[in-house]
Amino acid sequence: MSNKVLMKGNEAIAEASIRAGLEGYFGYPITPQNEFTAYMSDHMPRRGRAFVQAESEVAAINMVYGASATGARVMTSSSSPGVALMQEGFSYMCGAEVPAVVVNIMRGGPGLGNIGPSQGDYNQATRGGGNGDYRFIVYAPSTVQEAVDLTYEAFDVSDRYRNPVLILGDGALGQMAEPVVLPEDREPGRKEDEGWELTGPKDRDPRAVMSLRLAEGGLKKHNWDLAEKFERIAENETRYELTGEDYDTLVVSFGTAARVAKSSLRAVKEKGEKVELFRPITVSPFPYKQLAEAASKAKKVLVAEMNLGQMLFDVKVAVEGRVPVEFIGSPGGESFTPEEIEEKILSMK
Amino acid sequence: MAVVFKKPESMTDKTTIYCPGCNHGTIHRIVGEVLDELELRESTIGVAPVGCSVLLYEYFKTDIVEAPHGRAPALATGIKRVRPENTVFCYQGDGDLASIGMAEIMHAANRGEMITVIFVNNANYGMTGGQMAPTTLPGQRTTTTPEGRDVGYHGAPFRMAEIMAGLDPVVYSARVSVSAPGKINKTKKAIKKAFENQKNNTGFSFVEVLSSCPTNWGMTPLQGIEFVKNEMEGYYPLGEFKGGNK
Ligand SMILES: Cc1ncc(C[n+]2csc(CCOP(=O)(O)OP(=O)(O)O)c2C)c(N)n1
Ligand code: SF4
Repeated sequence: MSNKVLMKGNEAIAEASIRAGLEGYFGYPITPQNEFTAYMSDHMPRRGRAFVQAESEVAAINMVYGASATGARVMTSSSSPGVALMQEGFSYMCGAEVPAVVVNIMRGGPGLGNIGPSQGDYNQATRGGGNGDYRFIVYAPSTVQEAVDLTYEAFDVSDRYRNPVLILGDGALGQMAEPVVLPEDREPGRKEDEGWELTGPKDRDPRAVMSLRLAEGGLKKHNWDLAEKFERIAENETRYELTGEDYDTLVVSFGTAARVAKSSLRAVKEKGEKVELFRPITVSPFPYKQLAEAASKAKKVLVAEMNLGQMLFDVKVAVEGRVPVEFIGSPGGESFTPEEIEEKILSMK
Repeated sequence: MAVVFKKPESMTDKTTIYCPGCNHGTIHRIVGEVLDELELRESTIGVAPVGCSVLLYEYFKTDIVEAPHGRAPALATGIKRVRPENTVFCYQGDGDLASIGMAEIMHAANRGEMITVIFVNNANYGMTGGQMAPTTLPGQRTTTTPEGRDVGYHGAPFRMAEIMAGLDPVVYSARVSVSAPGKINKTKKAIKKAFENQKNNTGFSFVEVLSSCPTNWGMTPLQGIEFVKNEMEGYYPLGEFKGGNK
């Protein structure tokens, strides 16, 4: 395959995962990410790697958990209601500290909702959803190329911290075809033994991968350790994009919504407005510090999301009331138009 | 002096925390002996359930991963698919396997996953204090069937070994008991067969072991054994339902 190809988001992310050295994919069909599972069912066995269509998302994530406990590079993908079912596994995997990559191609909720592109799972993605104190690393790409690059890297980041990483996309990203440059093809296979993987206790002491912490004070210490790990992740892995330095209005938006917002900025600028975009690339860890600094140079902030205002909460925490924060939302599996954002910005003076 | 009886190499020296008269310990020992005899310890990854036997890693000198309640067969599937060279076994209670994890066991079995499942049926939820399990006998009292299990109201018990035997891809399914020395020998044969099948890449193997839970049954250890013999073995016939040596 030549390196620059036209590919649907779902398939491009799947191919990037395979090229990252994926050893096993475990998933369950759900729209709008079905091309992902189909792609894996075709390409993984052909390369002699594991593919299982699980009986449910609950089973899929637990297959991922088992396989990742052996130190293998593994993943699953799903969409909103399916990811809701995976939350049990997420909590266990964070507690047991195993790596994995999960892709959520979001659709409209709550419940069965619809299959339109949505950002309604922001809270679910960034706050957990499973039980206990745990955090995910969550990337929110806004183009197919970015999704490919972030997915490829996500495996390394997940391994480095032994914490699952979520790629948070939506139906638009999954379904849209764009030209992408695919990353280099890496050999799958076990990394060097890091001392925790379950490989069978030949020539070494037995090991356990678990989230149970019964000894007195053990869980408390473990949770503080996890919190400290997340601090390190925030320090090293937080990513964002700021489109320019000179602005009165700062638009904060992620993923597909940011892409729509970007196209409206040009029109607004032509009307003489000074406006730039702040786009969190990691929505967890959220770029609080970076946004606080960027917002302190603005007169007003506009948050644009395809939900009822979930990231809005994080933006307000970052801004701490220093400048007014307004909101434009679009829930229900629909995006706003660039014109709607343009109108909103112009109306904010 | 010659040693005539010692702990299996595959087990640690830790004292188990099971109640007096509980059969989990006996069943552990049998699994340990079989891993020794088949020389599988060094390749083995066990999957621990949620239930009284959650602390498997304390007792086995194999690698162990701890599954969420009922999901052990899904974890085992993931492990075996990416590491076919490893020996993978699940050790699950009846609440774990036949209730919350019913989908996972049915599908792992029906995919013919190359794993070994040890299913400990003690007719109730031991760890959470003796509630009704899918295997609780008709008429049996538990904390959630205070008047005894009424099949018309609570539903009927699952006979898992027979259900497993009915699935085409399952190569071995047996029900055994540890209520008498002769039965313990048969249990060992069944568990050995279930691991041999994996060693020879034959297919999915399932062994249901009837087990006593005197604590939650409100019985002495001896009464518990009598209950297994007289009540459980009556409702749950012992035998090899699939893949036995006829
Ligand atoms: C999701 C979830 N639901 C419920 C529980 C509570 N729970 C722990 S052990 C158990 C029952 C275990 O019974 P069984 O599998 O029969 O094993 P035993 O303790 O009898 O050996 C339950 C319901 C849990 N830990 N997780
Ligand atoms: S509660 Fe029952 S199953 Fe659990 S250790 Fe005690 S006797 Fe065994």
